Amino acid sequence: MSRPAASQPAAAQLAVGSQTAAAQVAGAKTTGSQAVASGQARRRRADDRAAEAKNRLSSPGVSAAALAIAFFWTVPTAGLLVTSFRDDRREISRSGWWEAFLPSHWGEFGLGNYATALGSQNKLGTYFINSFVVTVPAVVIPICLALLAAYAFAWIEFRGRNILFVAVFTLQVVPIQVTMIPLLTRYVEWGLNGTYWVLWLSHTMFGLPLAVFLLHNFMREIPRSLIEAARVDGAGHVRIFLRVILPLMTPAIASFAIFQFLWVWNDLLVALAFAGNTPAVAPLTARLSDMVGSRGSAWYLLSAGAFISMAVPMAVFLALQRFFVRGLLAGSVKG
Amino acid sequence: MTHRPRSALGLVATLALAASLGACSPSPDDTSLTPAGPPPDCAAYTAYGDLSGTTVTVYATFIDTEGAEYESSFAKFGECTGAVIAYEGSRDFEAQLPVRVEAGAAPDIAIVPQPGLLATMVETGKVRPAPAAVSKNVDTYWSASWKAYGSVDGVFYAAPLGASAKSFVWYSPAMFEAAGYEIPATWAELLALTEQISQAGDVKPWCAGIESGTATGWPATDWVEDMVLRFAGGPTYDKWVSHDIAFNDPAILEALTEMGKILRNDAYVNAGIGDVQSIAAEAWTDAGYPILDGQCYLHRAASFYQTNWTTLDPSIKVGPEGDVWAFPLPGLTADSQPVVGGGDFVAAFADRPEVVAFQTFLSSPEWANAKAAATPQGWVTANSGLDSSLLASPMDQLAFQVLSDPGVEFRFDGSDLMPSEVGAGSFWRELTDYFALGKSEQAVLDAIEASWPKN
Repeated sequence: MSRPAASQPAAAQLAVGSQTAAAQVAGAKTTGSQAVASGQARRRRADDRAAEAKNRLSSPGVSAAALAIAFFWTVPTAGLLVTSFRDDRREISRSGWWEAFLPSHWGEFGLGNYATALGSQNKLGTYFINSFVVTVPAVVIPICLALLAAYAFAWIEFRGRNILFVAVFTLQVVPIQVTMIPLLTRYVEWGLNGTYWVLWLSHTMFGLPLAVFLLHNFMREIPRSLIEAARVDGAGHVRIFLRVILPLMTPAIASFAIFQFLWVWNDLLVALAFAGNTPAVAPLTARLSDMVGSRGSAWYLLSAGAFISMAVPMAVFLALQRFFVRGLLAGSVKG
Repeated sequence: MTHRPRSALGLVATLALAASLGACSPSPDDTSLTPAGPPPDCAAYTAYGDLSGTTVTVYATFIDTEGAEYESSFAKFGECTGAVIAYEGSRDFEAQLPVRVEAGAAPDIAIVPQPGLLATMVETGKVRPAPAAVSKNVDTYWSASWKAYGSVDGVFYAAPLGASAKSFVWYSPAMFEAAGYEIPATWAELLALTEQISQAGDVKPWCAGIESGTATGWPATDWVEDMVLRFAGGPTYDKWVSHDIAFNDPAILEALTEMGKILRNDAYVNAGIGDVQSIAAEAWTDAGYPILDGQCYLHRAASFYQTNWTTLDPSIKVGPEGDVWAFPLPGLTADSQPVVGGGDFVAAFADRPEVVAFQTFLSSPEWANAKAAATPQGWVTANSGLDSSLLASPMDQLAFQVLSDPGVEFRFDGSDLMPSEVGAGSFWRELTDYFALGKSEQAVLDAIEASWPKN
């Protein structure tokens, strides 16, 4: 329930994006390391494909289907929003949220649930800050590492590069649940248990395979001529990375950042298992799950709590949305 | 974690010695801790020694106000011994505890809400058997059956802590008085009253709800257990729980059918909510609320349901003269009083001196009294050393009276003792189907029997 609807279209877009990216990788493999002309041809083909896809996706039938899907996706969230403003908890369980619009129910609306959720007993504010402290490094660290790894995989020739890349990519299939006990055992040995470090490290580990894969594919799309020109001008790997690659990677970084942000912000499992439920480290999701009380009698606070925790991912998604779509579908190839 | 003596025996001997020497010398630190007020009365705590600089981690299911009440009941122990009690509560305790124990991050003390989970934890080999001082306290203040619930394979591990009595029927004293109804003393009288209410007007007698998220169905298991304890009797109940008789034994079938006479009769349920099917969908936390509107006369729920009234509206008075009150679910005869209840247990994963001392403290009347004083309502224990006048709420006093009465036939909540595939699985599911789909009594019991794990 705490996972906002916004992340669902995001995931759908991501799935589309990674398919495109995979297709691009396949394309890159067949052409191999040929000359600049082939790169341009590939780009033209990609543009054609994009135009064709755009035509197909904007037909009226598809638009209607998309609208219908969007509607059905939004309905539960809308219901949750309406419920979060209904103060009479007995009426919430007696009548549906759509009935709340009838004049006889108007008196129920109020901000009581929000006031209680944010009030002194629930202290959502503290957990809000915890969530930020957990999330920001857990987004920044994997991006930094993955950028370096992606650069090496994309532009440095070394033995076993492809095998290593495939190995990193396949790590994505490892379910988080099976890593839990072994990882926690290590953390306990290292004395990190119950600190923010375990969350930063764990989210970095879980996020890295996808980050390396995505960023590598975008980096691969940067025309070789650009890199070679820089090299001719005397730039080393560090300068190429910082001056040429990084500025072109902004959309890709932003799109992965959104994805990782949503995942870490909404995470409950990793936080509970590794960091525990103390006010010192527990994120908003942990507090949200406890807000209903030991025996679940304060369930009516959940809808308000869910919206409070949803606000930040929504804002992040809306703010970075244009990067997300551009980054995943168009890549960084702008010529 | 690093300092872990091999044996607790030495410490227990020291404790016993300290106790026998008497309690006259508060440690010099005490006054410096509270320079402003008078020094705390630490006489009862000197036996635990000076534990300054040590920390005991406690992990439990209690959160929010309930968690805070536990923490304040530990406070004096901390003040007087110098030990820091680091409390952590989580609703995901049942799922997280096994992970932590498996990974070596076990808390020093876990307050386990079911004997079934305790047995699972003992299987890991990480739970320490109860120290002698704890065992002695439990022998003194609890009945032998409570000690048995904290034992696995004959070894005593975990002292009971809190308890709850579940066999209560909530009602509105004012409504009863207005209609001239009497509190029934036998099961037959209860059925007669039910019929009388249903004949009297359009208000149905009973309201019930068993929805509880992923645990939907558990409130119905309490009903069934109450019925089995009444119609099949204590010894059969024990055999049923330990699977020495089949789950679908004719005696259990009879008990379930008796329950169906009330809960599956559309003339008797579901007052103020809907029909029989609505029992499956109504949240157990809210199911008693129609009583407040005069739409329902009777609602069977545990003693801890009292907090549900006051979270709805703090002005609701719970008491014999209040808005709502409860009477014990009657037995078959006026002088039999069977009660189903639950409780939580203190399991220790370490035997450092401070952990043993804290464990001993939790099994003592001092802790029970501190907890009673710290809790406005909704907590009770089967510790007979408790001074019941400290219990602020009349419902807690009634529950304590029932729990400490030797004439009461007490049985532990059966679903908490059964294997989790049944007690936290098919038993819940099948009873939900019993209401939601109208499954027959025989089909329900057959399905649960089929799900019982074969060794």
